[in-house]
Amino acid sequence: MKEQQRKFRLVDGLLIAMMVLPMLAAIILQVLTKPASEGVSITGARIFFSIPMPLMPLVITEAQVNTWLVMISITGLCLFLTHGIRENKRGFRQMAAEWIVEKLDGLVRDNMDPVFHSTYAPFIGAIMALSVFSSLMTLFGLFPPTSDVNVIAGWGILVFILITKNKLKAGVPNYLKGFTEPFALMLPMNIISEVATPVSMTFRHFGNVLSGSVISALVAWALSGASNALLGWLPGVLGDIPFLQIGIPAILSAYFDVFSGCIQAFIFAMLTMLYISSAYPGESIAAREQRKKREPAMAR
Amino acid sequence: MLELAIGIILGCCALGAGCAMIAGIGPGIGEGNAVGKACEAIGRQPESKGSVTSTMIMGCAIAETTGIYALVIAILLIFVAPNILVGVLLRAIGQ
Repeated sequence: MKEQQRKFRLVDGLLIAMMVLPMLAAIILQVLTKPASEGVSITGARIFFSIPMPLMPLVITEAQVNTWLVMISITGLCLFLTHGIRENKRGFRQMAAEWIVEKLDGLVRDNMDPVFHSTYAPFIGAIMALSVFSSLMTLFGLFPPTSDVNVIAGWGILVFILITKNKLKAGVPNYLKGFTEPFALMLPMNIISEVATPVSMTFRHFGNVLSGSVISALVAWALSGASNALLGWLPGVLGDIPFLQIGIPAILSAYFDVFSGCIQAFIFAMLTMLYISSAYPGESIAAREQRKKREPAMAR
Repeated sequence: MLELAIGIILGCCALGAGCAMIAGIGPGIGEGNAVGKACEAIGRQPESKGSVTSTMIMGCAIAETTGIYALVIAILLIFVAPNILVGVLLRAIGQ
């Protein structure tokens, strides 16, 4: 028994290292590669290197590297919470894991069609966790992958594919006919509204996170200027310290990074659920099942 | 002459960004409406505070979308467009 406990502790240590080390790696990578900048600097994701490809070079940016590090970190967290689960003896970690799974299942059950209950909870949870942890990376001073439009556009395209797949379940003719409703002249409008769904989801999430980081950078820059002008008369080193920069950016960060990041993740997951659920042609599928059931009876 | 042209490009980009942010009025009014109604609902039925609040935050975030579009366009106009436009100008006059 003692031997077993010690082995568990070693595994715990390894998994915690799996959670923490990617973040440390990201911080070290940023310290090594970030050029020193003067004043206000608002840039996109930095490009580490590019691999030549037939059509266009494949560019490896900070956003991609940070996304992979977040994914490793989340995997470590999940394994840490769920390994060594026992039926009768519950520890704190098992409680936390069960709470998360129950809340997620409840959310999916509240907002989606009954067909999706068993299959879509992991997908929704994955998107939510990835979004939340990516946005929270700003707390370490790292580049959040969610403020790069390419990352969110990938999620938007993924959701669009799922919506289209569920719409196609009504059959291809019905899907194509859906574009000409309520009358044929609405065809261009319907196509635009179909494309607008992933675009609006992408820009909503990306714009919120990006605006937070831009406003934070501008406020920090303005505060350093203001403290230079107001307190610059203090003698010696005291005049150089930007006193106004202490504390005030933290309040902004609490709103823009923590609150806004979590809310946007929730909204992205919520809209994913609602769009997928409303794309599913439940009524026509039920009608078809009904017809299939009736036909053998008629033949008899 | 070149300085004047580049100055016009930069000034117009800044003006366009400012004009784009007029769109902030819409989400402001809309979210104010939503929060006011939510307060009324909570005042009438205090026991439904949780669901009203979560629905309100959801609605606010969706009403925010048009404002976010304007913000994205303004950020593009300030940080991305000047470089591209000045490049186009320089290529057009062959420098």
